[in-house]
Amino acid sequence: MNIFVLMKRTFDTEEKIVVENSRVSDDGVEFIINPYDEFAIEEAIKLKEEHGGEVTVVTVGEEEAEKELRTALAMGADKAYLINNEDVENYDQSSTSEILAAFFKDKEVDIILGGNVSNDNGTGQVGPRLAEKLAIPYVTTIVGLEISDRKATIERDVEGDQETVEVELPVLVTAQQGLNEPRYPSLPGIMKAKKKPLEVLELDDLDLDEDEVEGLTETVDVFLPPEKQAGRILEGEVEEQVAELVKLLRTEAKVI
Amino acid sequence: MGKTTQEIKGGSFLVEEITADQIFVPEDMSDEQKLMAKTADDFVRKEVMPHLETLEKQDLELTTKLLKQAGDLGLLGADVPEAYGGIGLDKVTSGLITEKFAPSRSFSLSFGAHVGIGSLPIVLFGTEEQKHKYLPSLATGEKFAAYALTEPGSGSDALGAKTTAKLNEAGTHYILNGQKQWITNSGFAHVFVVYAKVDGEKFTAFIVESTYDGVTTGPEEKKMGIKASSTRTLILEDVAVPKENVLGEIGKGHKIAFNILNIGRYKLAVGCVGGCKEAVTVSVRYANERQQFKRPISSFALIQNKLANMAIKAYATESSVYRTVGMFADRMDHFTEEDEKDGAKVAQTIAEYAIECSLNKVFASEALDYIADEAVQIHGGYGYMSEYAVETMYRDSRINRIFEGTNEINRLLVPSQLLRKAMKGELPLLQKAQTLQEELMMLMPEEPGSEPLEQEKYLLKNAKKIFLMAAGLGVQKFGTALENEQELLANVADIVGQIYAMESVILRTEKAIAQSGVDKSHHKLLMTQVFVQEAFQTIETLAKESLIAVEEGDQLRMLLSALKKLTRFTPVNVIAKKRDIAGVLIEANAYVG
Repeated sequence: MNIFVLMKRTFDTEEKIVVENSRVSDDGVEFIINPYDEFAIEEAIKLKEEHGGEVTVVTVGEEEAEKELRTALAMGADKAYLINNEDVENYDQSSTSEILAAFFKDKEVDIILGGNVSNDNGTGQVGPRLAEKLAIPYVTTIVGLEISDRKATIERDVEGDQETVEVELPVLVTAQQGLNEPRYPSLPGIMKAKKKPLEVLELDDLDLDEDEVEGLTETVDVFLPPEKQAGRILEGEVEEQVAELVKLLRTEAKVI
Repeated sequence: MGKTTQEIKGGSFLVEEITADQIFVPEDMSDEQKLMAKTADDFVRKEVMPHLETLEKQDLELTTKLLKQAGDLGLLGADVPEAYGGIGLDKVTSGLITEKFAPSRSFSLSFGAHVGIGSLPIVLFGTEEQKHKYLPSLATGEKFAAYALTEPGSGSDALGAKTTAKLNEAGTHYILNGQKQWITNSGFAHVFVVYAKVDGEKFTAFIVESTYDGVTTGPEEKKMGIKASSTRTLILEDVAVPKENVLGEIGKGHKIAFNILNIGRYKLAVGCVGGCKEAVTVSVRYANERQQFKRPISSFALIQNKLANMAIKAYATESSVYRTVGMFADRMDHFTEEDEKDGAKVAQTIAEYAIECSLNKVFASEALDYIADEAVQIHGGYGYMSEYAVETMYRDSRINRIFEGTNEINRLLVPSQLLRKAMKGELPLLQKAQTLQEELMMLMPEEPGSEPLEQEKYLLKNAKKIFLMAAGLGVQKFGTALENEQELLANVADIVGQIYAMESVILRTEKAIAQSGVDKSHHKLLMTQVFVQEAFQTIETLAKESLIAVEEGDQLRMLLSALKKLTRFTPVNVIAKKRDIAGVLIEANAYVG
């Protein structure tokens, strides 16, 4: 089976977000594999263990993402591609999917797995956009996956309920929490990862121009949510408190 | 690793100027090393720590199950060469793994005794056959190892063992009789490295399997701490051990024992680094959370002062220990594949730094004890309750000052080994002491510049002179009878220990400044300034006490005046700096190095 995984390098979930000059500062920040993509990697390796084949991990990002690709290789993926997007000025999810579509143009694909969302921008767009461009079906937020006779039986999370979907390969799926428990890269795995192929591609290599993949959105401003203010405890009889509350919601909070 | 340029001789830091590019610092870690450390950390935090309470009740079945899991991830094979089923990692990575196991409390001891003193005698001194027979299953956690040196009547005096070995008439087996006490992992180990005296005199190491007839273990000891680990007496009654299981040479067991002690000591120190950092982090979190007088207690200056003191000690320990481990790794970097398989060569490399191993053992175990003690204090009454992690940390920490050679034995080892190196011409200590005497006559106090670390380097330079003065005086005055002056020897060892730590933090911080600038190294710089000044003051006190004990009259007055000149400097305001240091910890809600 030709198994592909879309991976993104994101902030560690423990990092504090600091906004400087209307952008999120990555100064001194620790990076990880986007946790949802980690589920995708794990599932891909399990598919390989069950059905044979090859797992290829692809990321679009900066050079530093090599570290996270090596981690994926250490977990058990076979090869990796890093598509450098540093030259694209105005970048958004449409850019990523455009670049990935170009990458997949000449690839034989049985299944593409990605995370449901990234833990930074959290748009959840890249997977579906890519599937659309490749004209293959996609299933999002999956929590279970079985493949036999080129047919995938998928459990997906639907706002807390579950839905079972059957679909022919090739397919693109995005992983939701609960799909699996990602393994730790073992020490021998980490050592082997050094020797596995990791190719860095420039947009040129995909016959793409920077302008072709310019983002379609414009970021107007970036700001942190306002700091939580101390709460207020209303006093008096219940009716008075209710009246006061309604008044405050109208005049102060202006929500009703 | 390629981080450092040349090999440094053990103990040479006392007489030479070491530069920052010559030492390894934790910031030099490669991505691969970090990734391996992360696997160890994730395993410990997600697979082991949720079971701490059960482990604490000495659930040995769970212990072995978790160790096996660690083996599946390769975490038990770091020090075993690939040729024998291990992974054969560099000593820094192996150290990092040990550090990451520390938060798992005494589970880390089961791990450490297995991969360290249990397996390493075979790795380093086993024959080809012994290595192939035992190491693959030890490296993967199918089997476990333990180390049996101590006896009821021989602790520090390890060579005074009473266990005997006698070759049988057929000449095929040695018959072992005796008792080995306080053997970590004895409750589940399959392989024991046992020391016994052949014909009652030739101290020799043997590989003894638990299934041999006559091998039994006593009941579990009731201990102050480290309760998750198994500690029993190993009883040997007419145990027939095949003669192929002699480890090393007959009568050369002390060579193995001393080498393993060196390793045990540095590994213990690495474990303490992990313990120190964890205790600081746990304390910072508690101080940030705990509200009294309607504010978090971390907002009180006295709590901040404690947090800073703890972090500074952790930083000094971490810097010293990784510098040492880096020196092993540097030397072993040049090893060929053959060398890597040659255990004696590895042991020799580590033995070169026997002094540093002892220094680290003492410094790290005392740092951890101090930090664990203050961690309890910050927790107040809750710190006394078993529910809180620091209560166990406090009890667990105490053993580190006792095993792998008591801190007293390790202190005595430092000057005696220095002297031996000096006598063998490996270190020009005596010449340097001579030169210093002349220099002291016309010593003029200097005023160091105000660039970052200039003052600290000045204090370090003088500390080395103070060492030469105190140690030189002792040698001059007592000659070989110096070994009876144990208080003096311990003072010298402490001076040396402080110097090593001072230099380690200075060079680490200097390297950080060179790599990322003064601004980004501010926290490190503050910790260095405080640590170096306080260490220097400790040295001054120790030196003064020593001089007064040795000399008197005019000679003493002259020496004290020289000491005064060497210790004259403009001190920094440590109270203010500690507040700033604590600020960084409180903001990060964790230890920051």
